[in-house]
Amino acid sequence: MVVAKNGLKRVVIEPVTRVEGHGKVTILLDEKNKVQQARLHIVEFRGFERFVQGRPFWEVPVLVQRLCGICPVSHHLAAAKAMDRIVGGENLTPTAEKMRRLMHYGQTLQSHALHFFHLCSPDLLFGFDADVAIRNVIGVIAKFPDLAVQGVMLRKYGQELIKATAGKKIHGTGAIPGGINKNLSIEERDGFLKDLDQMVEWGRGALKVAKDYTVEHLELAKEFAAFPSSHLSLIREDGAMDLYDGGIRAITADGEKIFDHVAPEKYNDYIAEEVRSWSYMKFPFIKSLGPEEGWYRVGPLARVNTCDFIDTPEAEAARKEFMAVTDNKPNNLSLAYHWARMIELLHSIEKIKDLLHDPDLQGTDLVVKGERRGEAVGLLEAPRGTLFHHYKVDENDQVTMANLIVSTTNNNEPMNRAVDSIARKYIDGKEITEGLLNHVEVGIRAYDPCLSCATHALGQMPLVVELVDCEGNVIDRRSK
Amino acid sequence: MGDRPRKVLLIGYGNPGRLDDGLGPALAAEVEQLDLPGVTVDSDYQLTVEDAAAIAQHDAVIFADAAVSGPEPFYFERIEPKPALSFSSHSVEPTAVLALAEELFGSSSPGYCLGIRGYEFNEYDERLSERARVNLAAAVKFIISVFRTGNFDKVAAEHQSWHRRPAGEPGARAACTASSGDA
Repeated sequence: MVVAKNGLKRVVIEPVTRVEGHGKVTILLDEKNKVQQARLHIVEFRGFERFVQGRPFWEVPVLVQRLCGICPVSHHLAAAKAMDRIVGGENLTPTAEKMRRLMHYGQTLQSHALHFFHLCSPDLLFGFDADVAIRNVIGVIAKFPDLAVQGVMLRKYGQELIKATAGKKIHGTGAIPGGINKNLSIEERDGFLKDLDQMVEWGRGALKVAKDYTVEHLELAKEFAAFPSSHLSLIREDGAMDLYDGGIRAITADGEKIFDHVAPEKYNDYIAEEVRSWSYMKFPFIKSLGPEEGWYRVGPLARVNTCDFIDTPEAEAARKEFMAVTDNKPNNLSLAYHWARMIELLHSIEKIKDLLHDPDLQGTDLVVKGERRGEAVGLLEAPRGTLFHHYKVDENDQVTMANLIVSTTNNNEPMNRAVDSIARKYIDGKEITEGLLNHVEVGIRAYDPCLSCATHALGQMPLVVELVDCEGNVIDRRSK
Repeated sequence: MGDRPRKVLLIGYGNPGRLDDGLGPALAAEVEQLDLPGVTVDSDYQLTVEDAAAIAQHDAVIFADAAVSGPEPFYFERIEPKPALSFSSHSVEPTAVLALAEELFGSSSPGYCLGIRGYEFNEYDERLSERARVNLAAAVKFIISVFRTGNFDKVAAEHQSWHRRPAGEPGARAACTASSGDA
């Protein structure tokens, strides 16, 4: 911690741990340790959009997987959806669409499992300010070994689904413009069916842990980074949650629709991005509300809030319980992300079950094409939230423009609000301790950010917290 | 480990889109083509927690990764399980995966690191540098001989002696200690 002549101090948390990415938090304090300002900064930037310029469009679904080792499948599918429109093949064959959906639900399952069981569970199981020596994944393994094994095995199941549908783990080639390049064999299907009931059971168990935690700590959740916001996600035509496709719906903190069923290619008419000097991550907002009021949440919490229903029975029953907590109004509690995420985990398993029993997965009609276009947008609900891919392609089939708004970028403002809210509530006027600073990290972790993706960077991404004086001098720094 | 392990898992990891960082997957691809009996080959952008389950189903595991520094053309050494306090999908170290395999699945499979020296990492391109290709060829030849002779520990000890590097010497292992690039 550094104290400047004017008495203001800055605390730095760097890196923020147990998140996917590299960022830092700075907390500005006055001489009485009163919080003046707290921000989440993204500290690494390499432009990826420029990299894909000049490349043939059919390479893009494979190329974009280099964006992120966490959710390459989400980028693969979002790019493929855009390229479907480039080749006029957006009306996929049943086999192609169902294979892609199977890949996507596998991705959601493995991503949510890793986050819940291995990144955030130490905070929930031991407490935010428990001894750091036990508040970690080793502590979870020691005290809750079954839970730790379930996390690994759920993730493994999802990864194997990805391998079976994308073809391979590195640079998967499953989704191609206008379709898919393989179906699912009977042998592959039977292999997955064999373990499915176990996955359902573990999914139910994980949902119960998340629900019980939230209900038992509801008073805490109502005070911990809880603030009203708009919510945004894709939505199916009939209002059902749809993680793979649909129109864009945005609602207010009270549940009023701001816009609904907006076609993905029209996103630019409704969403804009603001640049701020202190972060490489942009700040998207709803144009009609402006940058001050137009920020919104995405991801599991937003999706459960925006949808009218979930089309799988157990997840729908869980959604109803979830919504009942806030009298069927949108839930604006950051800590409720965990419960919503586990509803989606169980929903993904239910969808996988439906798909595995669908004979269309063994179909052989894999690709369609139609009228060529020069510009296209592909949207997807990635595990962390809505993912936007926008491309222009010239007559030589080369990409001339790419714009990506990744899930975590959409949550930039809410994560910053969470950091500021937690700092003011828990750190203000107190002596700084690791446990107090972990509260800030807990708030960020609830959003499951992938900070590398958010700046389109390639590399490791730990997080840092800094305490700084008003002249910019760093007075304390936490780096784990 | 004196006898040849019956079932060996080879995991080549790294990002082929970052030049020489693709050395691990490149080695995995070459070895997979040989279809060696008792050898399971896997490759990925980085190690993941579920690799622990796969390790537990084998008698030994070899992690093949690009090395940003250290001996040329490669090094080969035994590594020990070391629990990690935190995981992310971007950075799970081989020692931590070994520890997970031990703690969650009761595995006692020994782990080895094959660090292949690379030189170019900071561009977006899917190719290996000329010098890295030479090192890769040497590493493939070496690993085939390791599988044939079977005494992994002896080979690791000899190799370490050859490079005259004490085990665990700081800076000696550039690979197998951190995620060397991700997607």
